Order: sequence, then structure tokens, then C-alpha cells
Amino acid sequence: MKDIRIITANTAAAIAASLCRVQVIAAYPITPQTPVTEELAAMVERGELNAEYLTVESEHSAMASVVAASQMGARVFTASSANGLLYMHEMLHWAAGSRVPVVMACVNRGVGAPWTILNDQQDSISQRDTGWIQLYCRNSQEVLDTLIQAYKIAERVLIPVMVCYDGFVLSHASTPVEAPVVEDVDKFLPPCPIFTGISEGSYMNLNPLILSEPRQDAEGNLRPGYMDLRYKLQEDLISSLEIIKETDREFEAVFGRSWGGPVWSYRMEDADHALVSMGSLASECTLAADSLRQQGFRTGVVGVRAYRPFPAEALCKALQGVQTVAVFEKDVSYGYMGAVATDLKAALFERDLRPKVASFVAGLGGRDVRPEQLAETAAEAITKRSAHKWIDVRG
Amino acid sequence: MATKAAKELPKEEFILPGTRSCAACGLMLTYRHSLKALDPGKTIVAVPASCMTVLHGVYPITPVKVICVNNPFAATGAAASGIVAGLKATGKAGYTVVAFAGDGGTYDIGIQSLSGALERGTDFMYVCYDNEGYMNTGTQRSSASPAGAVTTTTPILAKLQHKKDMLRIVEAHRIPYVATASPSFPLDLYDKVRKAKEIKGSRYIEVHAPCPPGWGFPNKDLIKMGKLAADTAVHVLYEIVDGKFRLTSRSLRLAEKGGKKTVADYVKGQTRFKKITEGQIQALQEFTDRRWYEFMERHQNGRS
Repeated sequence: MKDIRIITANTAAAIAASLCRVQVIAAYPITPQTPVTEELAAMVERGELNAEYLTVESEHSAMASVVAASQMGARVFTASSANGLLYMHEMLHWAAGSRVPVVMACVNRGVGAPWTILNDQQDSISQRDTGWIQLYCRNSQEVLDTLIQAYKIAERVLIPVMVCYDGFVLSHASTPVEAPVVEDVDKFLPPCPIFTGISEGSYMNLNPLILSEPRQDAEGNLRPGYMDLRYKLQEDLISSLEIIKETDREFEAVFGRSWGGPVWSYRMEDADHALVSMGSLASECTLAADSLRQQGFRTGVVGVRAYRPFPAEALCKALQGVQTVAVFEKDVSYGYMGAVATDLKAALFERDLRPKVASFVAGLGGRDVRPEQLAETAAEAITKRSAHKWIDVRG
Repeated sequence: MATKAAKELPKEEFILPGTRSCAACGLMLTYRHSLKALDPGKTIVAVPASCMTVLHGVYPITPVKVICVNNPFAATGAAASGIVAGLKATGKAGYTVVAFAGDGGTYDIGIQSLSGALERGTDFMYVCYDNEGYMNTGTQRSSASPAGAVTTTTPILAKLQHKKDMLRIVEAHRIPYVATASPSFPLDLYDKVRKAKEIKGSRYIEVHAPCPPGWGFPNKDLIKMGKLAADTAVHVLYEIVDGKFRLTSRSLRLAEKGGKKTVADYVKGQTRFKKITEGQIQALQEFTDRRWYEFMERHQNGRS
């Protein structure tokens, strides 16, 4: 019998962390992330989850303490949103540079000022260059499943993973979600490997000062300099695309659900036009694609699940032969255009693909986005020369 | 049992030749004696960006025989909390987690995460080595710099404000152990670190760490300068165990036998006070006296 529960994405995230047997949790409250941490705190206090729960005094400290706990070999979890995530920014870089398998949930929310508590993806997009793997989810089931996958990916490549899902749209909306049995999760996810040399008499110096050039250690072996270590992170991030894909396949073998790895497609087999998006907005794009097909435009959706590492190859393959690409996103690189559109154009250019690409910014600060609007905007991009614009905005 | 003579200290050195700290570094001596009091094989040190990072050397070579976890400037209290939680969660028992941060990393940018760690009763020791300024970056003003000191960010007027009373702030967390120490009194320092090691919960030791290049005195006077700080009551040696206050070492003798020297004696040997006026010396004297009488009173009362 399947264990189907009517739960929010926040509850799904808390269940996932608990199923993964996280050992140290540290978090600071911020809307809309709070229920995740409240539910985990209750699980720990009830004795259902054997973990240390640190009620830290800030997000900076939340990330600092889970990084340190991870360095001791513990499986760790934290979650944040918006300004809280921004307050972690220094520590996000530190986590990736430390090569610790930290997993966190980012419950996407618009960034102040001015204040908004509602959804967009500016918070996690602004963490794009911290060296984390970022995975975006369409629904609560994907949130639960992706968090379980995230631990496997992080512990395999020793790169932290941020699982992103839209605030309120998913975090506070109850939908049916299948909760895996813990035995299956144990089968899929072995205990956290201890990757540090914390042992008696060790003189380990973690994250020490490093010069630019390689230097010899006491035994005369050449050790990398700063740039070499950073290059290794970059290389490992790029090759983690394959591991994200592989992990999704392994997940499917145990649980019977696949989320497509770094990229997923909807009705792309015969498509002349494509809508590209991330998160719940990408789900909505599938409705817009259906309606565009009714209007005679053969349209599909290419969903970006892994935003970093950027699946350039897979996206170009999915978009091969397409005439129009309309990118819808809930973020903007201020002073230019949407971040996903920018990255996608670079990827297409590198592979000599020249579809029309339009960048559409939508739904900032929780402004409602309706499928009709998406379809209408995409139809414009298909029939006229594409323009970059913000949807449903009053200037 | 108080240590009576330097020859009673463990012979083994945990800081090997080749540290990158300056000659006559007050922190280096503090760390040397502290590690002897700890069990370095079962100690994990948390260190923010600071002189201590420099002391610990450049990868892949370290002169220090201890596990050291570096963390960003503001994060020391939180990183130590994470280490404690991570060790507990993974069943690694018997470790002492000790944070070593400077005054900038404690009084200023690190105060929030330190306060959080103390408030949560984190089972760790926090040593603040107070060299009264941002010495690693070249002697900028911190909230621990004394009034009247020239720093590179108070170059013309010298610092106008008195030192922040960080110890009172720490004490307000009602942790089981708060102490002050000085590398000029190594036995007192050693005994306090040893005592703190055996206490459960949050423990805080603030060490006054003279800095020859930052304060402007000859290297050979390091020990003398630390002693002078105690003799003038600019730095007072004490400990507070479960709220019970007592003066120790030189400060105890000063309270019992008198002979306190003047602040003028202390400032005259340091070029950082080259611009101090008579009025500022007077103010510093009054500030120092007020604290000293409070401490003597608390010592007599035997409680906070």
C-alpha cells in the first residue's frame, strides 16, 4: 500500500530530511521556510529523529554550523529563503570551497527592499556563482524526491546542493505526495561517508590559508594552490551533471519515479517552439504549451531542473531544430535580462544554434502568472520579432 | 591544584619552530601555554580569519600539532557549535572544542555568533586573545582598543572611546566559567585553561595579548608589558566560577598588598599612546580605577 499524504512542500521537505536520517540541523526562521524547520524540530523533540538541532541566532550561523558539523562527518540540513539566504551568502561560498556535502532547501521568495514575503526566484538565482549545485522543483513530490537525491549527489561529488522550490505556491499548498518507506531510502542512500580525517592525533588544518602557486608538503609532494583547488571544484561541478542524471535513474529503479535529471521535456517531440522555465512556473508552462497547440503552434516545454551546473549540452539537444524559444523566469539579472535566458543564449551560440530567444520576466514578488498570459506572450514571440519584456507590469 | 613553577608545565611543545607569527607575539605565547593545558590529540580548534590563521601557517605545512578548523570572521561561535554538534551526532567522544579568536573577531564582527553559542549553552571553550586592535590587517581600531591609542584608523585624534566591557557582556550570559589571563602569567593562564577544560558548558577566557608591532614597544618587553598591565590594573586577572568571582595571581596580590602603579607608567612605554594628552591619561586612570574598585569589591563579596 502506498503511503499517500495530502501535504505541503514544506512538510515534504521535512519528511525527506528525516527519511535521510540527517544528524545535524541548524536553522533560523524566515517566511516561507519556517514550517520545514518547525516540523523537524518537533520530530527531534518527539524523539522520532535522532539529530542535533541548533536553534542558531542567524542564517549566517546556520550555514556556518552545518558546514562545521559536516566537516566532522555528520549529514546535515538547513533551509532558508530570500534575505535569509542572502545573509548566508559568505557561508555558501565557504561551504562549496570546503567541499562539504551540505544539503539545504531554498524556499524561493522575493528579496527586499521593498519587502515582499511572496514568491520569486531572485534569492537563489543571486547565489548562482557560489559553487553550489542548484535543483529546481515543480511540485511537492519532486521536492521530497529531489532532497533524497540531493544527499546522494552531494556525498558523491562533495559539493553542496540547494533544492529550490517556490514559496507559498508550493511551500504552503497541500497536494497528494507519496512518502517513501524508510527502508527504501536506506537502500538508496547509504550512511553519510566520513570524508574528513578527524581522528586522534591528527594535525589536520581544514580550510587553511593557501597560496596561489602549488607548494610542497613535508614529504615533498606538490600540493595544489588556490586556483588549482578552485579549478577542481569547477571540473567536478561540470561532471556532476552526469551524476545528477545517474542519481535520478537510480532513484527511479528504487522508487519508480524519475524527474528527468538536469533537464526535462514536455511535448517536445514535434515542437517548433519551446517554452523554457524552472520550478512551478515551468509546470504552468505545460498548460500554456497545450493551449498554444490548440491555436496551431506546435509548442513544448523544456524544464531546467539543474540550473547550476548549467546543462548546456542537454538544453541545446532538447532545443535542436526549434524556431522560437520563450524563456519565462521569476528573476532578473538587473541591468540585463533574465538569468536563465542569458545562460541559454550563450549555450546556443556556442553550438551554432540560432532560434529566436526571448526573455520574459514574470511573477516577481508573488504577482500572479496565469497560463493564458504565458500563452499570449509566447504567441507574440512566435509570430512577431521577439522582445525582452516583463509580463503584466505597469511602468 | 595551582601550578607553582614553570618547570611543572608539560615539556612537550605543540607549536613547532616555523610559525609565521611576529617575533614576541603575545598570542603565540598564549597559544603555546593553552595547548599544553589542553590535550591537543583530543582538541579541535576553531579559528576565524585572524593573526591565528597566519600563525597556523600556509597550506600544506602547519607548525601546530592540533586539528584546526578555519571559519569566516563572523562565524566562530557558530562554527564551534557545529563542530560540537557534529562530533556528538557522529559519536566521537572525548574531544574539547576550543575557539580562538582575536578581539575584532570577538568584540566586533563575531559578537553575534558568540552570544548565540553562549546562550545555547554550547559545550565549548572560547578564548579571546585581545591584542586591542585589528593587528593582522595592520593595527586598525577595534572596540577593544583603549582610549588614547593611535591606530591606523584613528591616526590623528587617537581613539576617543574607552574599551568595550566585553567581559560583562559575556558574564551576562551566566555561563559556568569566565576568566581573564595573560601570557605574562603563564602558570595562571595554564591553570585557567586546564580548569576550563574540565567544566561542562560554555567557558570564556579573555587573554590580554600584548602586540609589539601594534602597540609600539620593543620585542624584549613583551612579558614586562603584560606584567605592567596587571600592576596598573589596566588588565585584571580573575575568574568567575558559577557566578563566584575571585581575583587571581598578580591581581590578587595587588588587592591584598597594594602597590598599584599608575596608568601613566603603562602608557609611556608604548608608541601607540604618543598622542595621549594629560586629560586623556587622567580619564584612563579614572576608568581603570573604577573597574579596579568594582573588582576588589566583587572579590570581597565572593560573588557577582
